Amino acid sequence: MRPFSYQRPTGIAEALRDASGGGVRFLAGGTNLVDLMRADIERPTAVIDINRLPLGEIEETASGGLRIGALVPNSDLAYDSRVEVRFPLLSSALLAGASAQLRNAATTGGNLLQRTRCYYFYDLATPCNKRDPGSGCAAKSGLTRIHAILGASPHCIAVHPSDMAVALAALEAEVLTTGPSGDRRIGIADFHRLPGDTPQVDTNLEPGELITAIELPAEGFADHYSYLKLRDRLSYAFALVSVAAALRLEDDVVAEARIALGGVAHKPWRNPEAERLLVGRPAGRDGFDAAARVLLEGSEGQGANDFKIPLARRAIVRALEQAAAATPQSPTDKRIR
Amino acid sequence: MAGAAISRSGIGAPVDRVEGRLKVTGAAKYAAEFNEAALLHGHAYASRITKGRIAAIDPSAALAVPGVLDVLTHENRPDLPLLRRHYQDEVASPGIPFVPLWSDKVLFAGQPVALVVAETAEIARYASSLLEIDYEEEPHETDLKEALHRAAAPWRTRKGYVRPKSRGDAPTAFEAAAVRIDGEYHLMPEHHNPMELFGTTVVRHDDGRLTIYDKTQGALNSRNYISKIFGYGGDEIQVLSPFVGGAFGAALRPQHQLFLAVLAARHLERSVRVVMTRQEMWSLQFRPECYQWVKLGAEPDGRLAAIVNHAVTNSSRLETYTDNIVSWGGMLYRCDNADLEYRIAETDTMTPGDMRAPGAATGVNLFEIAMDELAYAAGVDPLELRLRNYAEKDEMHGIDYTSKALRECYAAGAERFGWARRVFEPRSMREGRELIGWGMATGIWEAMQSKTACRATLRADGRLEVATGTADIGPGTYTMMVQVAAERTGLPAERIEAKLGDSTLPYAPVQGGSWTAASTGSAVALACETLRTRLYEMARDLPDSPFASTGIDDVRFEDGEVVRNVDPMNKRMRFEAILEAAGCPELKVEETAKPGMISMMRKARNSHSAVFAEVRVDEELGVMRVTRIVSACAAGRIINPKIARSQILGGIVFGLGMALEEESMMDHRLGRFMNHDLAEYHVPVNADLFDVDIIFVEEQDEEVNPLGVKGVGELGVPGTAAAIANAVFHATGKRIRDLPITIDKLL
Ligand SMILES: Cc1cc2nc3c(=O)[nH]c(=O)nc-3n(C[C@H](O)[C@H](O)[C@H](O)COP(=O)(O)OP(=O)(O)OC[C@H]3O[C@@H](n4cnc5c(N)ncnc54)[C@H](O)[C@@H]3O)c2cc1C
Repeated sequence: MRPFSYQRPTGIAEALRDASGGGVRFLAGGTNLVDLMRADIERPTAVIDINRLPLGEIEETASGGLRIGALVPNSDLAYDSRVEVRFPLLSSALLAGASAQLRNAATTGGNLLQRTRCYYFYDLATPCNKRDPGSGCAAKSGLTRIHAILGASPHCIAVHPSDMAVALAALEAEVLTTGPSGDRRIGIADFHRLPGDTPQVDTNLEPGELITAIELPAEGFADHYSYLKLRDRLSYAFALVSVAAALRLEDDVVAEARIALGGVAHKPWRNPEAERLLVGRPAGRDGFDAAARVLLEGSEGQGANDFKIPLARRAIVRALEQAAAATPQSPTDKRIR
Repeated sequence: MAGAAISRSGIGAPVDRVEGRLKVTGAAKYAAEFNEAALLHGHAYASRITKGRIAAIDPSAALAVPGVLDVLTHENRPDLPLLRRHYQDEVASPGIPFVPLWSDKVLFAGQPVALVVAETAEIARYASSLLEIDYEEEPHETDLKEALHRAAAPWRTRKGYVRPKSRGDAPTAFEAAAVRIDGEYHLMPEHHNPMELFGTTVVRHDDGRLTIYDKTQGALNSRNYISKIFGYGGDEIQVLSPFVGGAFGAALRPQHQLFLAVLAARHLERSVRVVMTRQEMWSLQFRPECYQWVKLGAEPDGRLAAIVNHAVTNSSRLETYTDNIVSWGGMLYRCDNADLEYRIAETDTMTPGDMRAPGAATGVNLFEIAMDELAYAAGVDPLELRLRNYAEKDEMHGIDYTSKALRECYAAGAERFGWARRVFEPRSMREGRELIGWGMATGIWEAMQSKTACRATLRADGRLEVATGTADIGPGTYTMMVQVAAERTGLPAERIEAKLGDSTLPYAPVQGGSWTAASTGSAVALACETLRTRLYEMARDLPDSPFASTGIDDVRFEDGEVVRNVDPMNKRMRFEAILEAAGCPELKVEETAKPGMISMMRKARNSHSAVFAEVRVDEELGVMRVTRIVSACAAGRIINPKIARSQILGGIVFGLGMALEEESMMDHRLGRFMNHDLAEYHVPVNADLFDVDIIFVEEQDEEVNPLGVKGVGELGVPGTAAAIANAVFHATGKRIRDLPITIDKLL
């Protein structure tokens, strides 16, 4: 860990002032940042501990949704009764992630900004355009089992590891920020980026910009949802493929659909076309399979991760079936229905 | 260490671990937790290349960091003995042991090439990131698959290596056999990953003596290693290792941090601690990757006519690490023709090392998948196939077993599991979306005993201490020692204290091979028997002794008293009263228990198990749950059923990891293991475990060792992975010969 300055402001204005220089990182739960600093991958010169900022509340919004403060711990959020009842997809995705201990420490803002688990990003002895821009991508034609099948670039094939973000993508949440250029409201779809030729930039946040909250719109798809996560063991592993599926049904006909994928791209993956294709059709396997194919259009394996393409297709179908049948995947009972 | 309150405590009682409370309250201290004023911290810097040499190291930026005392490299390290035999340890494989900072040569990825010593661990780690190293890279060869063509029979082997012994003419018999299977089986490399990191704290005393707290499976091994290298005399160093947070074989040999911490402590004349990071565990030893080729030929009824069992594992260029891979298949089943061959291929890696059930975990599990294939080729129930081929003898050596209750394991396990209800056809059981499969396999491990000494000391207050230089890496050795001593002396357990993990204690080998219960147990028993005799004689020789003109058979030892069989109410004396009356402040004896060498060679000594597994596979998604495991074990006498069960359970978890999850993935272009943390190297978590049922069948064995115990530390691994893989076949009809069976292989 390199030497850094440390501040612990109590007000947002103060935090932003502290963050105005370069090389700044906000410290929330620290479960990702501190690991990366120890490994000499993140090298901030200034760490601003935001845990004293007043960002720990969950509040109702005027439009019937919820505003979730950036510092709300993942476990508090998952077990909040309003979230459990109205946005169970979010609760379920959170509980599919990490471990109970990590979820206690991890925060809403930090979760969105956690960095990829690409092996090469984590190993200083290897080139990585995300860690060291211009050095090359060792993952490509290396060990690609966990890598992207969608939206990758020649410069980076990493995936975003967050489960929560996948549910937020399906729920069309918005990220509320404040920073040097004032307050902003960023749709979750525009929050994370594809790697392109700047894989070192994960999101559209500006340097020194602070996430203050995440807003959920009123529609939570509480009747028909499922978060299905497939991984290398039954708990405590990152997704090989995950699916956040949400449906609004009217007489077994799909009135509205959302499908977001995790573990397959540099950001939660959605395609409105795939969702539109379901609308007006009966909630059944044929439609689900057609939607899956559209959603996976353009997918490309790297070799060892080719399996993710059929796996994702089947997982999409299964998650939609679970959603339609109102038998969502349980985060605790590991049997998949 | 205090003896906790346990009442019924002799051999066979399911008592709680005597050190349990210390562990769960955090009072038990591990090697890197012993503090010392002005302790320095070393951080080992790991090579970023896999093979080549260091052309230059510039430590100036690191040295300029306030708080950094020194940077040790091959260029400036203190002189070391030149002869490599000084670096050999009790468990070393033949060859040239790796020594950190030896020269400019880089031999494997992650090799420690510098040690930065600073006032805090954080400063040391940071400063190490400022080292500037120029490497000259050379091409490396790490891929076993590519190295197969140069694999050769090991030309030098280590202690414990069982040379595979072929018999009959298996190739011909195979060609002639009515039923045949032929497959290539593969296991990925695995790393031990005990919870506790590798750490050593060296406390340097003013007179130069060292007290060394080391994470090790053998305090004496660490002591001897350091003494030989640095020329210490008997009492100049003491190695202590009272608690070990798991090791699984990784701490059998002295690891990099021990050597580095001592080197720095001597050089700087200060106390020093070195802790290796989790990532650096991938630069330590590992269970080698293995290719195994099995051909089985049988009569139409499944009786074996030919076993061809060949395997290759990798070793390093430094040392020849060998495993017993193919011998198990040669021993386990009745068959006149067996062609067994084991070869190794050198790769540019660290030397592999023993990992829980070394050799058997690999060789038995892969072979038992082949046996399942034979069952299907012959159309014989897999359990019935094993029974038809049941071997009364060790088929490879043609000798009897001291005992072998494997038949009873098959019966008890099958009964508990409900095997009789199994439908032979694959894909015949289904519930909802899940295919259900039932598989089984045989497990086998060795029942070894090694020479071990124990000192027993009875104090004036009637408390007993039993002490030996063994380790307790978790199998319950402290508790076992207390139980054996309680049984032999008749003292209640709460008055007995066990001491271990200290190089000044009587000789014991490293803790490994599941031999500790037999070895240490026998030593404790022997020492306690001698103590008992001496105590009795002391009492008998007292003036007006209640035991005058008796023999030792005329008394018994009960609850801290010597009691005469005739007139027990009046003729009895407390232990402490005897010592007092004899004017003896303490009674101390030391005994060494050795295995009988001749009988060791004349008879085979093994523990056995029959493992049954149920898996449920969501075929569409490739997701699997191992919903039931029954393991029936024959392991001689069970000293503590509760702790023995934990050991088998831990072994089963290892087997499950081997079957489904564990693999160290190397990028062979770089020669580096890439999934080097616990987020990406998957070991089973609680959610992966459902019902696990462990049965110990009765197995009386008076020959194996005086206690009749066989050890249970490793027996849970062999057989478990195969039972699961075979259940996967039964569920899905897919035969997967390449472990672990991950989602992608099931799709
Ligand atoms: C072993 C392990 C397993 C895991 N498994 C999973 C899993 O299965 N699924 C999953 O989704 N996650 C998993 N995680 C990741 C975990 O969810 C994240 O580490 C956690 O959510 C990060 O939150 P934090 O508050 O600790 O962030 P921190 O580590 O504090 O910060 C992360 C980043 O966010 C920035 N940041 C934090 N808050 C703000 C803010 N308000 N505004 C601007 N920037 C901010 C920080 O500067 C830093 O760059 C796992 C982690 C570990 C260690």
